Amino acid sequence: MSFFCGKYPIIEKRTLAKGIYSVVIDAPELADEAEAGQFANIGVQGFTLRRPISICQIDKEHGTLRFVFEVRGKGTYALAQLSEGDSLDVLGPLGRGFNIPEGKKIIVVGGGIGVPPLLEISRETSSMCTAILGFRDYTRIILNDEFEEFGTKTILCTDDGSVGVHGLVTAPLEEELKSGNYALVCACGPEPMIKAVIKTCEAHNVPCQVSLEQRMGCGVGACVVCSCMTVRNGREYYSRVCKDGPVFNAEEVRFNG
Amino acid sequence: MVDMSVKIAGVEFPNPVIAASGTYGNGECYTDLYPLSKLGGISCKGMTIEPKLGNPPPRIAESYSGILNSVGLQNIGVHGFVEYYLPTLKEEGNVIIANVAGATIDDYVAAVEVLDASDVDMIELNISCPNVKQGGASWGISCEGAASVTSAVRRATKKPLIVKLTPNVTDITAIAKAAEAEGADCISLINTLLGMRIDVKTRRPILKNNVGGLSGPAVFPVAVRMVWQCHNAVNIPIIGMGGISTAEDAIEMMLAGASAVQMGTAIFTDPYSPLKVIDGIEEYMEENGIKSLSEIVGQVKPW
Ligand SMILES: Cc1cc2nc3c(=O)[nH]c(=O)nc-3n(C[C@H](O)[C@H](O)[C@H](O)COP(=O)(O)OP(=O)(O)OC[C@H]3O[C@@H](n4cnc5c(N)ncnc54)[C@H](O)[C@@H]3O)c2cc1C
Ligand SMILES: Cc1cc2nc3c(=O)[nH]c(=O)nc-3n(C[C@H](O)[C@H](O)[C@H](O)COP(=O)(O)O)c2cc1C
Ligand code: FES
Repeated sequence: MSFFCGKYPIIEKRTLAKGIYSVVIDAPELADEAEAGQFANIGVQGFTLRRPISICQIDKEHGTLRFVFEVRGKGTYALAQLSEGDSLDVLGPLGRGFNIPEGKKIIVVGGGIGVPPLLEISRETSSMCTAILGFRDYTRIILNDEFEEFGTKTILCTDDGSVGVHGLVTAPLEEELKSGNYALVCACGPEPMIKAVIKTCEAHNVPCQVSLEQRMGCGVGACVVCSCMTVRNGREYYSRVCKDGPVFNAEEVRFNG
Repeated sequence: MVDMSVKIAGVEFPNPVIAASGTYGNGECYTDLYPLSKLGGISCKGMTIEPKLGNPPPRIAESYSGILNSVGLQNIGVHGFVEYYLPTLKEEGNVIIANVAGATIDDYVAAVEVLDASDVDMIELNISCPNVKQGGASWGISCEGAASVTSAVRRATKKPLIVKLTPNVTDITAIAKAAEAEGADCISLINTLLGMRIDVKTRRPILKNNVGGLSGPAVFPVAVRMVWQCHNAVNIPIIGMGGISTAEDAIEMMLAGASAVQMGTAIFTDPYSPLKVIDGIEEYMEENGIKSLSEIVGQVKPW
């Protein structure tokens, strides 16, 4: 696994929901190396720090990578101003992605802007994958139709009940884990959701991999600013989200540490 | 072809651009992009005698043309460094500088003794860390503190000794002179400037440590001024840093009095920036008929 740094042309840009954009870049060498769950650190003109954005889809055949991001602050706002024909300043692919067992049934659980990195898993595993996707309300729903097109059974949840299951992703997760024989759950989303998913998986004794977020500097493991508390062999220490993650086995992670 | 090499305290660097401590790991992180041997040297991640956990996250906040960090010296300890990283560093890099920190003089001396017996080329003392015996104020903010650490460490090593100064002082030249008097072979400056950012929605500081060190282009003029003042105050060479991101910045720093430069934060923005700086300096030398960089060190013509 190696990474690159350069400017890559944007060949497609679409708006998925208000303030949420999908961008595809032509970057064959990156696509070649990329794995589901990895991210890129994206340079923004005029800002000192790059912005970490997950890789949403990898097309090795056509040599493209796709990102989906939401405008949260000044940097993502500036990124949203780019259009087809402009180039994207990309450092990537970075970090450790999901480790998906072959030929086994899995569940992906995503919340809001945590959904994009799970789409590549759905593309790769199709009907072996069940997706449980949670959004605030119907205006925030993204990518659900694409999971379905890949042949993944998709369960939608909204906090306000405007579409799909009313409430948290944990209720449908509970049901799936009870009824199906799943080998793994992959989760990405806000911390409370991740904690709840981990608890549910523990109760059903199903392994869980989670994708974490932390503010980053270098993105490549050099500066140790992106730490999260982890435990291995009974010893607590700070791992680097950018290099040791962003995907961790749930039992390694200590929250509030 | 111009000669870009510089010599500091008897150590020859093939070019004057060095990766700054804490921003380049132990040289292992950017090898996918270019070999470590492209850089004149590397100042490794600050190390302590025992491994250190560091501060809770978030440890970084962005600011205008800069960043704040509060890593808190997370490192695997000096023994781990010598065992795991140093052999590869020696093989793949040019000048290897070990950056050392400690809470007590005994800590500094113990770490330096280990390094003295190792293959590192130079030792850089980070005296910006809190002095636990004096209630947590940094060693580097008083002449007495700086002098006592420098003299103790000087007795513990024959390796070329760089003392890295903090800018969080009223008169940096006084500290520079104290380090020189106690046997430093070189000074490097500046470390980060203490700063703070607050999230106006949550009213919480962005850094879990509340405060952190400012670096990046925002601090550059402060660094140039301090390098210039120190150049006028001491007779030992200076490694200049703080906000350098272009070849022009590096040359400006050398004109102020730096014999070599370190780059840190700029690498986060553009990992290739050190190579661009090296190329730019070479071009400047060619264009201006400069044969050796020593011709420009300290050559600012003040009014
Ligand atoms: C591994 C990883 C993958 C991510 N994937 C995606 C994705 O696919 N789509 C998406 O929309 N967002 C994703 N994010 C979150 C995204 O990085 C932030 O929303 C973005 O950095 C905000 O930048 P800003 O300038 O708009 O916000 P500002 O608040 O102005 O940013 C200020 C600083 O804080 C940092 N920052 C702010 N929020 C976050 C955050 N949540 N995580 C990390 N750094 C933050 C910024 O990078 C910047 O350095 C991911 C984060 C990580 C760590
Ligand atoms: C994330 C980070 C970690 C740092 N860690 C150290 C350290 O361990 N020891 C040290 O002497 N300086 C450390 N520094 C300071 C830098 O080496 C340098 O002095 C400072 O960042 C100014 O240079 P710059 O603006 O080019 O980054 C650190 C800086 C950053 C940004
Ligand atoms: S962001 Fe630098 S180590 Fe993770």
